[in-house]
Amino acid sequence: MQVTMTVNGAEVTRDVEPRLLLVHFVRDHLGLTGTHWGCDTSNCGACVLWMDGEPVKSCTVLAAMAAGRSVRTVEDLARDGELDPVQQGFMQCHGLQCGFCTPGMLMTARHLLDRDPDPSEATIREAISGQLCRCTGYQNIVAAVRWAAEHPHGAAEVDDEAVTQSAPAAPGEGRSETEVSA
Amino acid sequence: MTTAETDAARADAEAGATAPRSAAGNPIGFGRMLRKEDARFLRGRGRYLDDIQLPGMLHGAILRSPFAHARIAAIDTSAAEAHPKVTAVITGATLESLGLAWMPTLSDDVQAVLATDKVRFQGQEVAFVVAEDRYAARDALELIEVDYEPLEPVVDARRALDPDAPVIRSDVEGKADNHVFDWESGDPARCDEVFAAADVVVRQDMTYPRSHPAPLETCGSVAHMDPVTGKLTAWITSQAPHAHRTVYALVAGLPEHKIQVISPDIGGGFGNKVPIYPGYVLAVVGSIVTGAPVKWVEDRSENLMSTGFARDYHMRGEIAATRDGRILGLRVDVVADHGAFNASANPSKYPAGFFNIFTGSYDLQAAHCKVTGVYTNKAPGGVAYACSFRITEAVYLVERMVDLLADELGTDPAELRMRNLLRPEQFPYRTQTGWEYDSGDYPRALRLALDMAGYDELRAEQAERRARGELMGIGLSFFTEGVGAGPRKHMDILGLGMADGCELRVHPTGKAVVRLSVQTQGQGHETTFAQIVASQLGIPPEDIEVVHGDTDQTPFGLGTYGSRSTPVSGAAAAVVARRVRDKARLVAAAALECSPDDLEWEHGRWHVRGDPSQGRTIQEIALLAHSSLELPEGVEGHLDASAVYNPPNLTYPFGAYVCVVDVDPGTGRVAVRRFVAVDDCGPRINPMIVEGQIHGGLADGVGMALMQAIAFDEDGNCLGGSFMDYLLPTAMECPPWELGETVTPSPHHPIGAKGIGESATVGSPAAVVNAVIDALEPFGVRHADMPLTPAQVWLAMQGRPARTDIAVW
Ligand code: FES
Ligand code: FES
Repeated sequence: MQVTMTVNGAEVTRDVEPRLLLVHFVRDHLGLTGTHWGCDTSNCGACVLWMDGEPVKSCTVLAAMAAGRSVRTVEDLARDGELDPVQQGFMQCHGLQCGFCTPGMLMTARHLLDRDPDPSEATIREAISGQLCRCTGYQNIVAAVRWAAEHPHGAAEVDDEAVTQSAPAAPGEGRSETEVSA
Repeated sequence: MTTAETDAARADAEAGATAPRSAAGNPIGFGRMLRKEDARFLRGRGRYLDDIQLPGMLHGAILRSPFAHARIAAIDTSAAEAHPKVTAVITGATLESLGLAWMPTLSDDVQAVLATDKVRFQGQEVAFVVAEDRYAARDALELIEVDYEPLEPVVDARRALDPDAPVIRSDVEGKADNHVFDWESGDPARCDEVFAAADVVVRQDMTYPRSHPAPLETCGSVAHMDPVTGKLTAWITSQAPHAHRTVYALVAGLPEHKIQVISPDIGGGFGNKVPIYPGYVLAVVGSIVTGAPVKWVEDRSENLMSTGFARDYHMRGEIAATRDGRILGLRVDVVADHGAFNASANPSKYPAGFFNIFTGSYDLQAAHCKVTGVYTNKAPGGVAYACSFRITEAVYLVERMVDLLADELGTDPAELRMRNLLRPEQFPYRTQTGWEYDSGDYPRALRLALDMAGYDELRAEQAERRARGELMGIGLSFFTEGVGAGPRKHMDILGLGMADGCELRVHPTGKAVVRLSVQTQGQGHETTFAQIVASQLGIPPEDIEVVHGDTDQTPFGLGTYGSRSTPVSGAAAAVVARRVRDKARLVAAAALECSPDDLEWEHGRWHVRGDPSQGRTIQEIALLAHSSLELPEGVEGHLDASAVYNPPNLTYPFGAYVCVVDVDPGTGRVAVRRFVAVDDCGPRINPMIVEGQIHGGLADGVGMALMQAIAFDEDGNCLGGSFMDYLLPTAMECPPWELGETVTPSPHHPIGAKGIGESATVGSPAAVVNAVIDALEPFGVRHADMPLTPAQVWLAMQGRPARTDIAVW
């Protein structure tokens, strides 16, 4: 069957099998491999992208169901070479390690901040609770989303702080203490 | 190691705060630095295995056994072969004719690539289909008919050695039981004496259930055997590309120089991506048979049911002490479930890994352990999941036993630990089982953890809550890790000594490329290894390219697992950078027309002692080294070096953890309220990355203690084959982590670093379990096996905690 949809602002039309999953459509047919796949049971959220402005698990949506709709993937977050504030936040706060969960986390985080520009840490945790990260223990992801909330225009407006490398890794959450051998 | 070197290591430890900054604002050396690799990951531009598309690429899928133990009477592939999109169907019989039906495991056993005679675990590989697309490949699996004759399975590790147990490994000639190995360590006679003389002996059986590392990216491979050049290029989700290449050469008889293994970006490994899996080999066979590139990527159920599991240790511990709380001895008897094939990635002389480090962080008079490995009808694997070769099991055992002893003696567990921890002046310390701990100040770490937690206040709060009928628990653990395997004369895998190479080349313009034998799965090597070189050479880290994961581009080495990267490869990088620095000195001396002995190194520059204005920066020297400058006899041009680092000993990171939980008395649900983790991994190359690794390991600990287990039913059906059944912690189960650090450099590591990758996974499960058992004290609960799910906790409150490895309906 033929499907037509808007992906990252551009209209695409492809011949696909009716059973083709949206995650495979964007990855294998469009070459947008930023959206990942991590489970068979809709539990991990590695595949989260937006459909008509809402985050969806694209392993649980058929490409055919996205016909006529608008899809946005992680590749569309940065604009004109400028990272979105959530992307900057993930970098500043070390919100990623292997990077496999990151695209899904970024798409959920952007959606959250669009609705709730100043979410609490508890709200952030709830927002990403349908997604797994096996590397970070989540704390720096939460911090990254808070960073983006505090810098809605990204590093541009906070020049100095954005480039300083010694900003606390996890503002607001946790704490750390150090003792060095004499 | 000289005092000067120790001092140098210590200076490096503190360099983080003072490292000079590059023009880009990065530390030229140690310190917090944002990661270079993030730029691509954040844009969705990472290149993971399944992102690879080659022209004409075909897709493979594996048919797996529904039975845990069954004879294969017949396989009919004709319908699958007739599928219009299917290119090839491969069975065990096909492989047998090629001599490829069995492959060596990393433990010198063999494992079936595709089953020939019988299947030995649910999920075992039975046939491989190659088709035009991934959907068609899976369709064709349904068309294969296999005639199975079910056999009685062996599921319970403790019963595997019963004389009447069915023999799983009938493929091994003369094999009449399910025994894999016996391994002993320590002095049993001395233990007997110490135990006989002790005032108090506490015994406990405990199972560390089978767990699975479940990296978010599953395993896979793209293999391309070029029919013209005869060169095999294999992209593999591998933590050890060089070891994989050598094994491929051995398995398939392919010439090693015609094999290129590439580990692309890896979506998490945690040990899961160390072993060689049948799917990797099948992708190669598929490519040979079809002449086209073949991609195989497992789905999540395949990952959980068939690839490297972890733990499955069934332990009986005994601890002996004086009445006043002096721990005297520890002994343990273990039945180790290795599944159907012994495929652990252990150093060959250590069939139970480093489990005999089980004396932990305490000063004991005697210790003894005995480990019996058994085959069962479960997936093979064994050492996986950030366990530092079974130190996870060892730490769990000793830390549970210490808590049980505290309970028996009526002593506070913090006080009991403080009384028995090794003292700083005892280092280097030789344990009762022969490990030589390099350095440490254990009491200081424990004190810091207790202070950060506010331990006394927590105990007071607990007493108040208990009076109100609330269940609050406080759990401690103290761990000593042993990482960076290993000295190559003691440690090898399949005969390959555990040393790692490194190559460094400084280009004429002063930029550099460093080539590593290890591979990152998220640890940030592209950043930290640039920092290591920067710390020694003064070249800004942004000017240093790190190359890794490609056997054609990098020197040989054993790979990233057992927290080896920093202790072994990091040392190699430091050594190689120092060699370049030494050579730079000779070049600078030639340029300055002075003796090399008159030169002094400071901030990336050799200058004349007493006259800093007379000097050359490393960048200037790089150009000079490539120029027509006349160099002294014996000094070659250019500026590069290579090294192979053979560690003299393991490094021994350690830490003290405090966990606070609240248990719902009505449901048994455990909530982790706080988690304080004090880690000492020596100097931190990049503290941001170190803390991130700790966070991840702590989440693993909470998961293992409370949620994660791969259990089986009595028929050998895997009950943890999806993320609906095998539960992993989300952001909701994880508290904000509270981290502290002490810094005790390793005296034998060139930069004093000890490695951190697995510390938190090793140390944290015991703290969580100890906290839950502490919370359940009003019910008289002494022990309950992980995972402490609401059901398990509730059963424990009723006085009948269940087995968690086997579900008995
Ligand atoms: S791939 Fe796991 S939820 Fe979609
Ligand atoms: S960064 Fe690896 S899974 Fe999240």
